[in-house]
Amino acid sequence: MQTTAETTQEHGAIAVEQAHGHGDHPDHRLFGMGVFLFAEAMIFLGLFAAYLTFRSVAEVWPPAGTPERELLLPGINTIILISSSFVMNRGNQAIKQDDVKGMQFWFGLTAALGAIFLAGQGYEYYTNTFGLTDNLFTSTFYVLTGFHGLHVMFGLSLILLVLLRSRTPGHYSSTSHFGIEASELYWHFVDVVWIVLFLILYIL
Amino acid sequence: MSVSTLEPTQTPQPPQPKHPERHWKDFFGFSTDHKVIAIQYFVVSFVFYLIAGAMATSIRVELATPDADFLGYENYNGVLTLHGTMMIFLWIVPAGAAFANYLIPLMIGAKDMAFPVLNGLAFWLVPPGGALLLLSLLAETPPSAGWTSYPPLSLMTGQVGQMMWILAVLLLGTSSILGGVNFVTTILKMRIKEMGLYDMPLFCWAMLATSMLILISTPVLAGALILLSFDLLAGTAFFNPTGGGDPIVYQHMFWFYSHPAVYIMILPVFGLISDILPVHARKPIFGYKAIAYSSLAIAFLGNIVWAHHMFTSGTPGWLRMFFMAATMVIAVPTGIKIFSWVATIWGGKLRLNSAMLFAIGFVSMFLVGGLSGVMVASVPFDIHVHDTYFIVAHFHYVLFGGSVFGIYAGIYHWYPKMVGRMLDETWGKVHFALTFVGFNLCFFPMHILGLQGMPRRVVQYDPAFADINRICTIGSIILAVSTLPFLFNAVYCWFWGEKALPNPWNALTLEWQTSSPPIIENFEEEPVLWSGPYDYGIDSEPEEDTRSVADLLAEVKAEM
Amino acid sequence: MNDSESRGLVVRPVAELTSNYMERAKLSPAISISAAGVAITVISLWYGQNHGWLPEAASQNAPLVDGLFNLMMTISVWLFLAIQGAIVLAIIKFRKQPGDETDGPPIEGNLSLELVWTAIPVVIVMVLAVYSFDVYQQMGGLDPMASHDHTRIAKVSSGSAIAGSLDGDQGLPHGQNVALGIGANPASEGMDADVTIDVMGLQYAWLFTYPGNVMAGELHIPAGRDVELNIQAQDVLHAFWVPQFRLKQDAIPGRMSKLRFRPETPGTYPIVCAELCGAFHGAMRSTVIVDTPEDYDVWYQTQIASAIDGDANDSRVATAVGMTGLSDADRMALHPHAPAIDAAAIAAITPMAHHHHD
Repeated sequence: MQTTAETTQEHGAIAVEQAHGHGDHPDHRLFGMGVFLFAEAMIFLGLFAAYLTFRSVAEVWPPAGTPERELLLPGINTIILISSSFVMNRGNQAIKQDDVKGMQFWFGLTAALGAIFLAGQGYEYYTNTFGLTDNLFTSTFYVLTGFHGLHVMFGLSLILLVLLRSRTPGHYSSTSHFGIEASELYWHFVDVVWIVLFLILYIL
Repeated sequence: MSVSTLEPTQTPQPPQPKHPERHWKDFFGFSTDHKVIAIQYFVVSFVFYLIAGAMATSIRVELATPDADFLGYENYNGVLTLHGTMMIFLWIVPAGAAFANYLIPLMIGAKDMAFPVLNGLAFWLVPPGGALLLLSLLAETPPSAGWTSYPPLSLMTGQVGQMMWILAVLLLGTSSILGGVNFVTTILKMRIKEMGLYDMPLFCWAMLATSMLILISTPVLAGALILLSFDLLAGTAFFNPTGGGDPIVYQHMFWFYSHPAVYIMILPVFGLISDILPVHARKPIFGYKAIAYSSLAIAFLGNIVWAHHMFTSGTPGWLRMFFMAATMVIAVPTGIKIFSWVATIWGGKLRLNSAMLFAIGFVSMFLVGGLSGVMVASVPFDIHVHDTYFIVAHFHYVLFGGSVFGIYAGIYHWYPKMVGRMLDETWGKVHFALTFVGFNLCFFPMHILGLQGMPRRVVQYDPAFADINRICTIGSIILAVSTLPFLFNAVYCWFWGEKALPNPWNALTLEWQTSSPPIIENFEEEPVLWSGPYDYGIDSEPEEDTRSVADLLAEVKAEM
Repeated sequence: MNDSESRGLVVRPVAELTSNYMERAKLSPAISISAAGVAITVISLWYGQNHGWLPEAASQNAPLVDGLFNLMMTISVWLFLAIQGAIVLAIIKFRKQPGDETDGPPIEGNLSLELVWTAIPVVIVMVLAVYSFDVYQQMGGLDPMASHDHTRIAKVSSGSAIAGSLDGDQGLPHGQNVALGIGANPASEGMDADVTIDVMGLQYAWLFTYPGNVMAGELHIPAGRDVELNIQAQDVLHAFWVPQFRLKQDAIPGRMSKLRFRPETPGTYPIVCAELCGAFHGAMRSTVIVDTPEDYDVWYQTQIASAIDGDANDSRVATAVGMTGLSDADRMALHPHAPAIDAAAIAAITPMAHHHHD
């Protein structure tokens, strides 16, 4: 979605400038992205609220018969995801210095960390002794983590797209790097959601 | 901005005019021009209005007698589910988006929306959503748990139809969210330099409030529907008590969207009315800031009153009291609006054309819905009328007497701008008279039905209510007939109506400073903000008013 | 009129404009306004009490609700007449005269007027909120036993729920109520109700279970006594509504809700399902019979006797079951209270799988 908007916006801006010459309007894409992420956050907020309601109304939580959850792997995964945000920010700083190579390195590392997170999540699903429909806790567990996982996947593909595009010389520069900022914003968002999710699903 | 036509590589015609011409084919494909998208929204949503209206008429024909003898038991619930869903998600919400798309960039002097491609994308989610809903009626078991789709009933009425319903609503909700992103960004970021927030027409304020509501509440509905579809397809039990789930949680999530949805449907219309009344009353809007702020107040309060739909759902007593108080408070900003509108027309020089008739009709019909709204906020009274025809009457006064009257007012007012031709006034007045009479005949008696003991969503009812129901059915048929003069008028005048001047109403907002219909990027040159949106009556000399705003503008420009 | 700067200078003073306008409106000085006000007030006061829109009031709380509604009606009629009157008057008085292309007076607001019409709704809703709160409390809505969301019934399967209600109260620990809904009014708070009845809503019937394993398809209750209904649903949401009692409560699968009230006027009233519950939702109706306490005792003793005799296959019991499991319209066309079905049908409810969702 961002990608199509991005291209057309760029072309559109150029076209307008050519056709009229009374000026480009400033770039609002990052603002729009922020507004969109606000709406995304509301989906998660709704799901979290539902989870917390189920939890508060139930007498025993998690319902009797739920196996103990392992904390080590998800804990490591959490650390991986959080550190990837900092790694990614280095990439953004690099491009602000017109350092495309540096950006590619840091973004590549972020993508790798994201992939490790997803793999860890997949491993956790695979080794879990409970299924989706076992009880209210397991259902919410899978739906929440799965929905978040989809977002990680989407964020990962944004990063890969940025990497792909950065192979075109001059595509990103210190003055024009919306794709980098947008994917970073998205990644931070996914990160923050995970922290809340980890707290209420695993710790609380 | 229609990029493709601007790019030299894609326009092979050699003589390139300064502004490319609009081609009729633009309206039938993926366009990024906000005006084309707006017309697409208008036409598509109106088609669904006619379909859902036909469903409404069949519901009323069924209810002309106390027995289930027209649609039958099973079909009736399917029809009522789709009637509600379509009227909300495919008529009033997209019709609001249509006005917003058309008017916001013009009103703030922009060339287009902030994200034109996203805008086209948002529109093109609507037709598939609508098609999915229509097709669901053909499924072996159509969705028939009402537009609320409360579990556990919605989990038992058939997977295929219900899942199609969920997917359709998710698509339409996504469209609405994408639209909201666009509206907020456009209003906040794309105004011409001289236009501060308080120079905006009130429609922009209303759309700002609406978009915030969309962004806050629609995602939560998506969350609810995701969980519901897991229950439906994957065998989880979020809302299914047999597996330990809780159907009340769905109700909370559903109404967290669906109460604000009422304001998503009425706030844009508040904005339209605030922009129509001053033009035809030739008087400034009374209390600009009060109206602007009250939109924001309604949007805020609209988010914290959802559980008033659940006063009989087994909610704790303190919760009921909180939501009662919060709901009643909404009467204050709403009251401010109504009083301000009446004060706007008071003392003016009213041009009672079709747009003005519908706008005034809106104020007086919405008043009835507002008064019954305060009544149903009261918990002890709501316990009696909840889920009865009193509620049906109440929300039709808000959504038909309110939203639909306002949408019609907007169409009569801006049709010349959009199409470049005037609508016929005689047919417009016939349309208004039939709508007004049919509407009140159809819906007012329902208040009494509900109070007396008739529940809603029944195909079969106590024969004691047959007489009143027959009156409602007659009203609904008049209402159905009332769309014919409008349809005829709108289609005929599209081709053969009297040509419209750039500013046929002598209005002051920016959309009237360009041609009718506006050129592809709206303005020949960036428009000049030479007056507030509602500065009527500033000119004292009468000859001043015989000149068009365009002439005046030219003069002003010449001096600069 | 040359540029936008000078436009502001030729504005006619607002005061002059308004005084002209007042002259034109000479017909309506304070006298006619107050006359209209008095007329509107008289009409709304009268109509608020005489609208005749509410059905008979047959329970203790019904007159309270009606009083509240009548006040809201009075206020609404007043506002309706005043605002619609202003609109109609504006249409008549201020319509554009032919040939007049001038604008109206540039009045952009009036702070004191706006404060007044902000204050009016504030006062009205405060009065209504306090009044509603009071009525709700008198009805028993804030009885802590009925209005706190403590716990839920742990897990209800379609079979065990009905079994629980067949066993009377044993499904729930007594005295530790988990219900939500309307409880005892403040006067009888903390006291047990005179009659406690379990109500089960199912597609498409109501089933009433009295102490002593007495089952009925119609609700018999004694006038002037505190009645407590423990309402549950077997399959989907239903809502128990008796318009003449002004009481409604959803029946929710997996939760129990309570409705406590005092019927006052002997008579026969409809029980209506008010929550969409499936194709035959409109046919899910029953009857509540408010007996005098003496008649109620006689009825109850007869029921006990026939329950002991194992004579439960009595048509009175069976009416509830008449509507269950029907899927063909022909049988629905029958009046809900007519069909008589033997006890086997009651037994048949228990295994009936309404949960297609497996």
